[in-house]
Amino acid sequence: MSTIKIPPVLRGSVGGHREVEVAGGTVNEVLDRLYEEHPAVRDQLVTPEGELHRFVNVYVNDEDVRLGSWLDTEVGADDTVLILPAMAGGAP
Amino acid sequence: MRLPRELADELVAHATADLPNECCGMIAGRDGLAAEVLRAQNTESSPFMYVMDPREQLRIMDGIDDAGEDLLAVYHSHTRSAAYPSRTDVELAFFPGTLYLIVSLADRDAPEIRAFRIDRAAPADKAIEEEPVEIVDSTGRGS
Repeated sequence: MSTIKIPPVLRGSVGGHREVEVAGGTVNEVLDRLYEEHPAVRDQLVTPEGELHRFVNVYVNDEDVRLGSWLDTEVGADDTVLILPAMAGGAP
Repeated sequence: MRLPRELADELVAHATADLPNECCGMIAGRDGLAAEVLRAQNTESSPFMYVMDPREQLRIMDGIDDAGEDLLAVYHSHTRSAAYPSRTDVELAFFPGTLYLIVSLADRDAPEIRAFRIDRAAPADKAIEEEPVEIVDSTGRGS
């Protein structure tokens, strides 16, 4: 089982847990398991088109998966996945 | 939220220091009273956009969490427009339980600070809800 670290903003959608253990061989599989167990978190992270929002950062053991194989990045049983929505915006 | 005068001055000082670009950061506190302004880097270095450095964001968020404080607000500046959330601000508001505080320097002589709760999932007419920012003295009392 891999560990997903849940920042405070997402904890309300996963029953208040700081960490969630899920099975899966890639980031995509791990996220799908998380959505199955906690559907509300999906609405916070995924666009209406069904893709992970481009302003949501994902790290595996502190490595930004965007710099690796993105959602196909492999996740091992001892790995930790961190989901971090961006703080971002802009002026009109 | 209640914002001590010196923290309001600190927000304006940060916004001014980062001109011509937008600044960004977080405000920590307890029970709606701001205790600390935590500056962060705007990785976009842009007058029209801010994206907080994600590792710095994580470090600051963890620090607030570990200190047992609340993330009261995410702040950024508008350098030329009013202190009101832009369409982009709403689209990228991933923190519905946190206030989004905006410092406007549109009038450099009279900076404006306003705070909003933003729910990007809500219907457009309900996505933005203003929350009053009460400027208080350092003991938390109204001035």
